[in-house]
Amino acid sequence: MREFNYYRAGSVRDAAKRLGAGGNAMLLAGGMTLLPALKMRLNEPGELIDLAGIDELSGIKLTRKGAHIGATTTHAEVAGNVELRAAVPVLPHAADAIGDPQVRNRGTLGGSLANNDPAADYPAVALGLGATIFTNKRKISADDFFTGMFETALGRGEIITQVLFPIPQRAGYAKFPNPATRYALVGVCVAQFKTGVRVAVTGAGASVYRLTDFEDALDSEFSEVALDGLTASSANLNDDMHAGAEYRAHLVGVMARRAVTMALD
Amino acid sequence: MSGDMGIGVSAPRTEDRRFITGRGRYVDDINLRTQQYAWFVRSPHPHAEVRGLDAADALKMPGVTAVLTGADMQADDIGSLPVAWGITSRDGSPAVEPAYPALATDRVRYVGNPVAVVVAETRTQARDAAEMVNVDYEELESVSSATAAMEEGAPLIHEGAPGNTCFDWEWLPAAMAPDARSNTDKAFDEAAHVVSLELVNNRLVPNAMEPRASLADFNPATGQLTLYTTSQNPHVNRLLLCTATLKMPEHKVRVVAPDVGGGFGSKIYHYAEELTVCWASRRLGVPVKWTAERSESFLADAQGRDHVTRVELALDAEAHFTGMRVDTVANLGGWLSAFGPAIPTVFYAPLLAGVYRTPNIYVTVKGVFTNTTPTDAYRGAGRPEACYAVERAVDEAAVQIGMDPAELRRRNFIQPDEFPYQSPVGQLYDSGDFEGCLNLARELNAYERFDERRRQSQARGKLRGRGMCFYIEACGAAPSQAAGQLGARAGLYEVATVRVHPSGSVQVLTGSHSHGQSHETTFAQIVAERLGIDFGNVEIVHGDTGEIPFGMGTYGSRSLAVGGTALYKALDKVEEKGRKIAAHLLEAEAADIEFTDGQFRVAGTDRAVSFGDVALAAYVPHNYPLQELEPGLEETAFFDPENFTFPSGCYICEVEVDQNTGQVELCDFVAADDFGNIINPMVVEGQVHGGLAQGIGQALLEHCLYTPEGQLLSGSYMDYCMPRADDLPNFVVATRCTPTPFNPLGVKGCGEAGAIGAPPAVINAVLGALRPLGVRHIDMPATPQAVWQAIEAARSGE
Ligand SMILES: Cc1cc2nc3c(=O)[nH]c(=O)nc-3n(C[C@H](O)[C@H](O)[C@H](O)COP(=O)(O)OP(=O)(O)OC[C@H]3O[C@@H](n4cnc5c(N)ncnc54)[C@H](O)[C@@H]3O)c2cc1C
Repeated sequence: MREFNYYRAGSVRDAAKRLGAGGNAMLLAGGMTLLPALKMRLNEPGELIDLAGIDELSGIKLTRKGAHIGATTTHAEVAGNVELRAAVPVLPHAADAIGDPQVRNRGTLGGSLANNDPAADYPAVALGLGATIFTNKRKISADDFFTGMFETALGRGEIITQVLFPIPQRAGYAKFPNPATRYALVGVCVAQFKTGVRVAVTGAGASVYRLTDFEDALDSEFSEVALDGLTASSANLNDDMHAGAEYRAHLVGVMARRAVTMALD
Repeated sequence: MSGDMGIGVSAPRTEDRRFITGRGRYVDDINLRTQQYAWFVRSPHPHAEVRGLDAADALKMPGVTAVLTGADMQADDIGSLPVAWGITSRDGSPAVEPAYPALATDRVRYVGNPVAVVVAETRTQARDAAEMVNVDYEELESVSSATAAMEEGAPLIHEGAPGNTCFDWEWLPAAMAPDARSNTDKAFDEAAHVVSLELVNNRLVPNAMEPRASLADFNPATGQLTLYTTSQNPHVNRLLLCTATLKMPEHKVRVVAPDVGGGFGSKIYHYAEELTVCWASRRLGVPVKWTAERSESFLADAQGRDHVTRVELALDAEAHFTGMRVDTVANLGGWLSAFGPAIPTVFYAPLLAGVYRTPNIYVTVKGVFTNTTPTDAYRGAGRPEACYAVERAVDEAAVQIGMDPAELRRRNFIQPDEFPYQSPVGQLYDSGDFEGCLNLARELNAYERFDERRRQSQARGKLRGRGMCFYIEACGAAPSQAAGQLGARAGLYEVATVRVHPSGSVQVLTGSHSHGQSHETTFAQIVAERLGIDFGNVEIVHGDTGEIPFGMGTYGSRSLAVGGTALYKALDKVEEKGRKIAAHLLEAEAADIEFTDGQFRVAGTDRAVSFGDVALAAYVPHNYPLQELEPGLEETAFFDPENFTFPSGCYICEVEVDQNTGQVELCDFVAADDFGNIINPMVVEGQVHGGLAQGIGQALLEHCLYTPEGQLLSGSYMDYCMPRADDLPNFVVATRCTPTPFNPLGVKGCGEAGAIGAPPAVINAVLGALRPLGVRHIDMPATPQAVWQAIEAARSGE
């Protein structure tokens, strides 16, 4: 790790100001992704702006519109939240499948979405539920937010403040973990709304994506049987030592069915 | 009066207090005033010519003291890293042993090969400067797999090794029939059944919890060098430093291996980094420290296994094994690590009889250079590879002839009345009760009720399989003369000093080294039992050449069998002298003195003197036979074993496979081991658990994978999958004891058993589950993808 300046921001405004001030600054949330990257010298920021002290960024609130979750809310807080468990169980379920207790106690929703790791769990749930990502400047729909591998629609100096997850009629998230990292080798989120079904896939491609033919099939009938004969394409899927594209495509099909079963459970 | 902590008791570990409270003292915890830090410049290429090195920019960086290269090393007459075992090819020529400089001079042969070292005031400064060292590489063609390296037209890695062959070896020791080959061929000609398998034994990264570290402190005023290093055998490191590399007299070098966080073989060797910091400290006159980053451990710690083997087993019509042929290609890496050539040969072939009466066995092994990290001993070292070949072949035979695998094994077991048993591959097995172990394992597994469990799994949509393995291994290396005949360049005895203090407390100085094996507990139990003193009055000192007379260290499950016996022999001497002192104090004949429960007693009387009083008399010799006996009570013994010891055991494992995903779940694992006598059952159980975890890791999770050219793909925990607690079932472990007659403690060793027996048990179970789908073969690790692919291939009739 190279030397850097540490700054503890007092408010979102303060953090944004600092971020815009030059000096090659980066935001620090749970540090679960950023700190290892610093140690490996993959990132070499001049300054880290810690969001941990900003109270307004943390918390969970349920309204008519859905579940509002602050950017620095930890995975453990989401996983353990009783109201979420009742209203939108897929969220705490997915949060509980992230990493290990240490990671869940430090890692945050905002950090996970901003990072957009192709194998991360939250992006699948955010896209599957059609979440809205609020920043200090605007709001971005999940469909527009995840733009590529480790890439998002966030501009320079933009800070995620909270995320709004609409509440589906039912939903499920099935994850097949990478044996080494326990990130998603493939994770599929299936959510049924009055307006239609959304199916989002993580782990398989360069970035989280929707599976429209699965959505159409489930729109006509929300059951495992509706997916009979449907397979996911292996085109452009990730290929590494743990899983080739063919195997990933196969797992997409298996996990989608499991997510449906879970939603119906 | 051993304070209830004698032999056979699960005494709580003495070491745990400091480890659990964070007060262990590891190399990296030691800091010396004025110390500087080393950072190594390593090759990013698998194979390249080093055309030049420009350190000018690096030297200008803040805090930098020096940038040292292989050329500087040569100028200082530093020797290359030694090979500790010579192997002879079947045509009589010696194995090719290319000089292995600690810092490459003209060519690098694997990714991570050190080429220079930067020494600076802080670690970060050294690292920053290392990034500024410009090495001019000319990349060469490269190859990572041994079979590819043997092909015609493969890039040549060492000039002196055509075809990249280090050795082409066959196993025909003196004890074996010279016509082993033709006899074996004949057995195959006459066989009723022949099984033939091609097996890959996957390469592993050792992954000790504590990365390697070395801190060298040369004192220019006294000419004394002290090296603190993560070693399993500090005396061996001193020997090699003094005689082969640094070339200093032993009395000027002290090597300390303090608390060491795991080794698994990877901390046996005299490594480039350790030598380099010693030399740098001597050259610069400051202490120099190096601590590996985890990513360096992946590149620079000697790796394990990596065999491709063709094994064939011949059976007669009654399912007796009549012959076995084994042909193995072993990947040795870019250079030879210290024991690199010995592991796939003399630590492998002699175990290929397994626990069976197979009369004819013929083994050939090719050792091959590749552009990968050198390989060497890793927990089990040669024996897991042997066991895997034998036990996979036996299971395959059971399938082929339609016999219960337990029955097939039973039918071929060496019988209890045949010990000591001379195996056809040159080992004299000490003792064993294979059928007893098998029965114990069957009972713990509820063997007869498997079909019921299989149906239950089926009802849950899972395929259940059961696998079995019966391993035997050689521990307690080694009879020095036999080892010498096989090419060892060192003796393999062990040393212990028992120092009785005037007050009767005892210090043991042992040449064994504990880096997780609990010597401080188990060795103290032996002393407490023998001398009848309190366990708390015994201290075990290990890991310091400045304190301990000599030693060969810990590997190959040798500590108790060899080091424990040295201790036992030193205790004999203490007892013997104590008897003479007691005889004097009691005015009796030494021959009439018995020693039990810490009391020297005139036989048949109540006249007695305690061990403590005898110790005091030895140091305050007012009433003492000074004419016949020296004062003091301190004895040393060197023990060179007569034979190896041969732990054995039966493992049964059950798995459930999810055929939709290929995921294998371990449901049950039963281990019934024969370790001979046991000093501390809890410690032994812990060793078994750890070994099983590593063996299961090899079978299902761990895979050290290179690109065909030699870039390491699994270079971090993001890709190299270590077993986690939730990957493992609750182990059911039990022991059955047939003491070895080859040491007075009757102990065999338990450190590697799990890692040896688990892989074939797991793979046999996985195949048991998959066979109904038509799957006949799978290589380790049986990852979800590998299992899924095997199922798909079987379905499509491939
Ligand atoms: C051992 C381990 C296992 C893991 N397993 C999983 C897993 O199974 N599944 C999974 O999904 N993830 C996993 N993770 C990642 C984990 O979820 C991280 O917490 C998450 O990816 C990043 O969140 P963070 O709060 O730690 O962010 P940080 O590491 O602090 O930051 C990550 C990036 O996001 C930026 N950032 C942070 N907050 C904001 C914000 N509010 N606005 C804009 N940008 C911001 C930072 O500048 C940085 O670039 C694992 C991590 C570890 C270390």
